[in-house]
Amino acid sequence: MSASTIIFYILAAITLGGAILAVTSPKIFRSAIYLLFSLIGIAGLYFWLNFEFIAAVQVVVYVGGIVVLIIFSIFLTQGSGSDMKDPVKIRSLFAGLAALCGYCLTYYVIQRTEFHPQLEQGPAEISVARIGEQMLSTTEHGYLLPFEVVSMLLLSAMIGCIVIAIKTRSIK
Amino acid sequence: MSDIGLGHFLIVSTMLFFIGIYGFMTRRNMITMLMSVELILNACNINFIAFNKFLFPNQLDGVFFTLFVIAIAAAEAAVAIAIIINLYRNRKSIDAEDADMMRL
Amino acid sequence: MSDSLALLLVPALPLAAFLLIFLVGRVYFPKFSGILGTVIMLATTVISMATAYKYFFVTGKVDGVYQHLIAFKFTWLPFSENVSIDMGAIMDPISMVMICVVTFISLMVHIYSLGYMKGEDRFAIYYSYLGLFTFSMLGLVLSTNIFQIYIFWELVGVSSFLLIGYYFDKPSAVAASKKAFIVTRFADAGFLIGILVLSYYTGTLDFETMIARLTVPGSELTAITTAGFLGVSALTWGLMLVFMGGAGKSAMFPLHIWLPDAMEGPTPVSALIHAATMVVAGVYLVARLFPIFAISCPVGLDVVAYIGVFSSMFAAIIACTQTDIKRVLAYSTMSQIGYMMFALGVAGYGGENGLGFTASFFHLFTHAMFKALLFLGAGAVIHYVHSNDMRDMGGLRKHMPVTHIAFLIACLAIAGVPGFAGFFSKEEILTAAHNSNPIIYWCAIATAALTAFYMFRLYFNIFWNKEYHAHHSDSHHGDDHHHGEAPWSMKAPLIILALLSIATGYIPFGNFVSSDGQALHSEFHLTSAILPVSLAIGAIIVAMLFYRKKNAVPDKIAGTIKGVYTGALHKFYIDELYLFVTKKLIFGIGGTIAAWFDKNVVDGVVNFSATVGENFSDTLKKMQNGKVQSYAMYFFTGVLGFVLLFVFLWDKF
Repeated sequence: MSASTIIFYILAAITLGGAILAVTSPKIFRSAIYLLFSLIGIAGLYFWLNFEFIAAVQVVVYVGGIVVLIIFSIFLTQGSGSDMKDPVKIRSLFAGLAALCGYCLTYYVIQRTEFHPQLEQGPAEISVARIGEQMLSTTEHGYLLPFEVVSMLLLSAMIGCIVIAIKTRSIK
Repeated sequence: MSDIGLGHFLIVSTMLFFIGIYGFMTRRNMITMLMSVELILNACNINFIAFNKFLFPNQLDGVFFTLFVIAIAAAEAAVAIAIIINLYRNRKSIDAEDADMMRL
Repeated sequence: MSDSLALLLVPALPLAAFLLIFLVGRVYFPKFSGILGTVIMLATTVISMATAYKYFFVTGKVDGVYQHLIAFKFTWLPFSENVSIDMGAIMDPISMVMICVVTFISLMVHIYSLGYMKGEDRFAIYYSYLGLFTFSMLGLVLSTNIFQIYIFWELVGVSSFLLIGYYFDKPSAVAASKKAFIVTRFADAGFLIGILVLSYYTGTLDFETMIARLTVPGSELTAITTAGFLGVSALTWGLMLVFMGGAGKSAMFPLHIWLPDAMEGPTPVSALIHAATMVVAGVYLVARLFPIFAISCPVGLDVVAYIGVFSSMFAAIIACTQTDIKRVLAYSTMSQIGYMMFALGVAGYGGENGLGFTASFFHLFTHAMFKALLFLGAGAVIHYVHSNDMRDMGGLRKHMPVTHIAFLIACLAIAGVPGFAGFFSKEEILTAAHNSNPIIYWCAIATAALTAFYMFRLYFNIFWNKEYHAHHSDSHHGDDHHHGEAPWSMKAPLIILALLSIATGYIPFGNFVSSDGQALHSEFHLTSAILPVSLAIGAIIVAMLFYRKKNAVPDKIAGTIKGVYTGALHKFYIDELYLFVTKKLIFGIGGTIAAWFDKNVVDGVVNFSATVGENFSDTLKKMQNGKVQSYAMYFFTGVLGFVLLFVFLWDKF
């Protein structure tokens, strides 16, 4: 078993362990921190796959942005120390069962499917320059249009957030 | 990285996905539900990246999809948190069980 | 203006008036609605007169025969290749006469109502209903198709119902409108079955095709005459059922009971609907199908004749005893319609035999004039006296001179005094009856005398008899206490109609309307006129002796023929008979069974399904709890289901 294999397992363990703790921890602040671990684990997996740029984006956006946002909102809405209400028992049982079934089903499908990788090898290194060029090109494989659409989406989301969260006189 | 293949990544992402599903269904706090949604989105991202790496190594489409998903996830998280804060302001609770006004 | 456009406008304008006043007018210009309706009606009258003139004198006649022209026609509901319900307008002598009568009388009533109904709360509604009625009646007479006539038939019934029940805060008016609706509805059920029988055998709903197929020997005629039920051919059944509908609308015995009660409506409405136009719809219907009756089914025509003459006499006897002036007029209407019916019944198809047909329409035409005049005059009297009962009246001739003269003219006309319109038409009917059936002829003569008697009984009781003194005469008001005779809007129609009650008799009607379209030159036999005229004048003199001055003679006479008198006063207990049959027999016995069935079986099924539905919806309601996580769960379960379906089962498809 090579070192990289071991590293993969460690990263996968961090990701999944963090995720499980994040969805089960009774304390909300801890839950957010476990989520942080899980997201960092995912970033590690990207590194492991040599997608340094994506890994960097993952860290910057998720770790630096979303998780911080979530923590802020936790502070805004409630104390961090108190336990959250227990989930409804029957529902957690059912949800666990459903998740398990879904997992088994998907696992079965993955095992059954044969993947055929393209044989020709591209450039080993995925350079940021290439990503940038293709992102903004208008040729066949260019992503300019989705890029613009997403930028519009971000803009409208930003405006929407402000409009929703702006303090109006409360209903009654 | 010889013995780690596409299958491993897919299994990791599947597990992550269903952990997210489980969390979404069981958590009563809206912020934690939002976290579960983030997990689900990340599971998808892992899939995109893994397919890109193992099946189409000379192309970049998976990367782009991941980038877009991250951007949308960020927007979604921002909007969701704005809604949650607004709800909290009006109802003094962010329990999903309490937010059943839609029924009326 | 082309014929089709004109004939489209004729019913469309009153409809427009109805919609305009009903939807807009009653809210925004209630006072103005009457004028608006009247102006629209005036336009309609002018157009229909012009169309009729053009038809009779320019386009209608080809080689001396009046044609059946279809002004326009479009298919409304096609059932199969041959059978369809069309909407159209027919131009032939009888429809042209009818549109003139309907629009003209309607115009008169519109004008009259401006004065009569002034100040009513629901003035605009009243005018909108008048528009609706006129529209339906015009649609009825212009129908090209037996189903179209049925549709308008019902519409006419509805507007009659609405107008009888116009004073809906008066229980008797409500009861009367219900009665009119139910009785005519019952008759219309027969009409509908008749339509179905006829159209089933002929394979068409169109009048012309139907008449052609049932008068000329062919497969349809053979089929309908050979098929039978209870020993009577299907053709007779069909025609009798259709006639039943006509009898219901035209208040023929025994379906007449609604007409006297219908007088609860406003008097102008009685003049329009229950005297001049709607009630002659039955006559019109028989006339429309006349070739079938006359050529293929003489038995049916006999039934029409006997029912007509019996109703005529029956109603005339009752009319002699009633004291409500509108009821007297109602029974008189019934009697006169009976005249028209038996005139049709004694007629044959074509040539001299068709005299009855012409006479029937002639009488319809003149009757519309003088009966409308009688009703409007009665309305003016009621307006003045505030009572319907002739015992409250008397000596009014000095108080309302115009009404008096007009009423007198109408009475002379209906009594058949020479020189007035009724004389000519009645003479023609009597001649036709004389030529065919002596029983009917003698009954008709007797009825004519009775008519003269009761009309002049009415006349003398209203205008002579005793001196009139107002019941609530406040001394300081003096004569001004009353609002005078009537406003000009009420007097003008009276004068116009009075003139027409004289003039219309001189129209050579046979030139225009006859059973086969050819001009019919009816000879006027002076000798045959002597008997009825002398009888009528004798009856008038008797009435004068009885009622000109208040005296005890009528009561004595009534005492000597007590049985007949009480019977007639109570309308020969027909109403009571109906009540017994419906209440005791149908509702009493049939009702108990039906109630049990309804309570236990029908309700049981309904309740059971309701319980099941309620429980099911309760379950569903719980699923729809507004909690987003439950929804997510259902969604996820659904997705899993789809995955299962696609992964494991898809290959097999």
